[in-house]
Amino acid sequence: MSTESTPSGDSPLVEAPADTVAGEVVLRLTDVVKTFPGVRALDGVQLEVRAGEVHCLLGQNGAGKSTLIKVLAGVHRPDSGQVQWRGEPAHFANPQAAMRAGIATIYQELDLVEDLSVAENAFLGHEPKVAGFVRRGHMARRTREILSRLGHGEIPPGRMVRALPAAGKQVVSMARALSHEARLIIMDEPSAVLAHDEVDNLFRIIRELTAQGIAVIYISHRMEEIREIGDRVTVLKDGRTTAANLPARETPTRDLVARMTGRNIEYVFPDRPTAPAAAADLLRVEGLSRTGEFADVSLSVRPGEIVGIAGLVGSGRSELLETIYGARRAESGTVRMGGRPLRPGSVGAAVRAGMGMAPEERKSQALLLGEPIHRNVTLATFTRYARLGFTNAGRERAEAERIADELQLRPNDVRRAVRTLSGGNQQKVVVGRWLLGDTRLLLLDEPTRGVDVGARAELYRVIRGLAAQGVGVLLVSSEVPEVLGLADRVLVMREGRMVREAPAGELDENTVLDLVMAGSLMEGAPA
Amino acid sequence: MSESTGTATPDRPADLPAQSPPVDPAVTASLKEKPRAGGLSFWQGDGGEGAKRNLGLIGVLVVLVVIGAATRWDLYSNPDWVWGNTLTILKLASVVGVVTVGMTFVIIGGGIDLSVGAIVALAGVWATTLATQSYGAGGMIFTAIVVGTAVGVVNGVLISYGRLVAFIATLAMMVAARGLAAQISGKQTQVSNNSFINGIASTDVLGIPLLVYILAAVVAAGWVLLNRTTFGRRTVAVGGNPEAARLAGINVRRHTLLLYALSGLCCGIAAIMLTAQANSAQAAMANLYELDAIAAAIIGGTLLSGGRGTIVGSLLGVLIFSTITNLFAINGLSTEAQNMVKGGIIVGAVLIQQVQFRSVTQFFGRQKATTSG
Repeated sequence: MSTESTPSGDSPLVEAPADTVAGEVVLRLTDVVKTFPGVRALDGVQLEVRAGEVHCLLGQNGAGKSTLIKVLAGVHRPDSGQVQWRGEPAHFANPQAAMRAGIATIYQELDLVEDLSVAENAFLGHEPKVAGFVRRGHMARRTREILSRLGHGEIPPGRMVRALPAAGKQVVSMARALSHEARLIIMDEPSAVLAHDEVDNLFRIIRELTAQGIAVIYISHRMEEIREIGDRVTVLKDGRTTAANLPARETPTRDLVARMTGRNIEYVFPDRPTAPAAAADLLRVEGLSRTGEFADVSLSVRPGEIVGIAGLVGSGRSELLETIYGARRAESGTVRMGGRPLRPGSVGAAVRAGMGMAPEERKSQALLLGEPIHRNVTLATFTRYARLGFTNAGRERAEAERIADELQLRPNDVRRAVRTLSGGNQQKVVVGRWLLGDTRLLLLDEPTRGVDVGARAELYRVIRGLAAQGVGVLLVSSEVPEVLGLADRVLVMREGRMVREAPAGELDENTVLDLVMAGSLMEGAPA
Repeated sequence: MSESTGTATPDRPADLPAQSPPVDPAVTASLKEKPRAGGLSFWQGDGGEGAKRNLGLIGVLVVLVVIGAATRWDLYSNPDWVWGNTLTILKLASVVGVVTVGMTFVIIGGGIDLSVGAIVALAGVWATTLATQSYGAGGMIFTAIVVGTAVGVVNGVLISYGRLVAFIATLAMMVAARGLAAQISGKQTQVSNNSFINGIASTDVLGIPLLVYILAAVVAAGWVLLNRTTFGRRTVAVGGNPEAARLAGINVRRHTLLLYALSGLCCGIAAIMLTAQANSAQAAMANLYELDAIAAAIIGGTLLSGGRGTIVGSLLGVLIFSTITNLFAINGLSTEAQNMVKGGIIVGAVLIQQVQFRSVTQFFGRQKATTSG
């Protein structure tokens, strides 16, 4: 507990017990709560980070990691609970305040200005100045110092960031953190954008930083990275800390996964039909590949079957779905609907063959937010009701109203702008679009993201009901319980490849999560 | 997701429909405050909000007329003069009005067409070469329309298949088409010797100039196209959210191409009208029409980022401009002052839409609701 203020230089690191780190506690969170309208994103988080350690944060999607980072970065302010920074209660009013206090955050999407130089990015917003003029020479010199501190003295401070590879950009992000004299650096899945050898380099930099007494909060889904670089692990689940300060190297994966799984709420999933009718494949995908996204993926969906793909963000699952749908062009492989090959790269062809898709980003990819509900519902089908190019407004309205009733849309008035609906009801509009027309296969990408519990259950019921009518469903979700609860058959995707396929009944959450995270429970899974 | 923890109960009955999700208070509030008219009225064809915005524009027109009457009561006290002046304003609006209809489609579809003035000039010049004139009025009209549409198609191909930014592609076309027009005409004014063409501008039908009928026909066709056809629905979808349109199976590229072709077609029609008015065509004609058309569309409530706009609004935008021009003319004021006021009107109109849009439309909306019962 608390401050053994031994200077980190001569602290007896070797003697320290495995589960503690000698540095002083720089950050301590106690019972931090953060609610958004309708969402309790953080529900009592405890976290203790010591100087010079790599503290790993583990948790499933939606466990509250992103919110936690934003609280620390000064983006969000906690509703209650305590944030202690270097022994003092801290309130970061804005990101600049957190920066000044010495907390730097490196987000997954690096927030660099591509057309500025390395030095300009490193000192963006706090350039060394004389009478309003930037001291360019001084800035370049200090940038070079910081870069060599990071072991990357070879990056020229004057180089445009655009010209750097992903790993180089990450180094610049870290240089920016150090330019603020950061004492805590938060890294949100830093390895996600890096190639394998670049990850080794990242780890070397992290070790150099921690050797200088800087604390690192490291977020990753990859167990082997946590084992290699981490000192201690804190696990979040449903906005709560379920385990704190576990030793990163010794804690068995099984224990860590167990702390992340097992929900407080049991979602209500509709019953599966006892024996799915054996029929010819509706969708057959063979050897589908796109460089850097996914490779050699084969799968099939039968009529009336719900097939779920489990995988992390970045595993290639959304890209796969969009490629099947023709929104991206496959580099190799074939997509067949009912035995007939589809023209690659043509959404029109896929829709005509009976496919429909509810994409991942509802607002930016699926909806005309300012347009009324009925026009959104009929967006894919209005030509069917038209005669000689003239739309049939009455018929469209009637069909949309029928769908609104069927899906129990609230509010039920189809003339309302879609913008005014809640997330769950917006999703119903997107799914409802494909209930019109002759959709035989529905592709659902994260269908319940941002959807509240009640609407979730309704969506599940709708999806199961569609399957009961013989529609095939291919579902992608990063929520493992959802895939397991809803799908008949589950495919696990990792780093662009299918690593496991099994009936949903034969898998449990731990197994799937372990596969998704490339853990050690299932040795010898085909890579 | 963790949002559920707060509200969920562990043992929820399997059937959930009775449970309603939390309703956004703002949603319920706006539900109450919006009175809704009964059936589909003419105004509602453009969408409820657009109709209210158009009422505001009509208000602006009324104010302009009142100013005109106040400053030149000596003229306005004569009903014959007022009727004649109204026709003058409409005639003034006709050519730009036709161009603006095409422009409105392009902007609603998420694009911009800076080349309309140049296309009008090129189509006009091409239609009045000695060779074309030898084919008679039919040949001239055909040439103007085909040239206009063809240039629009080139714009569309560059933008949708060449993936050029619309601003750049049509800017290039603006320069190039005027260049070609100057080349064809040898920088000379080409006089039209065709009495039918020249008569288009001087003929009145039932006391109203033929040009005004052409404008009315184009506006009516544009309104039907936007509000009653699949083409119009695609335009709104493509401009409102191209990705959503694409993922709904709409061929966004083809539609984008068609939008620029439509704009070119309108320019071809306008070229004939303008040639008829001047009895001639030259490379410098229809100068800055692109700015007039864009400004009119924007004043009319068309969203520059696409997805929203009305034909009626654009027409009102054009009428507001030509009424201002007329107002300055009858008061003997300079065009310089007129241009400054026009600039102010553009800024003012957009500001009103952004800042006071809600309160203004609510005012008019309430008026309308009370009068309609």
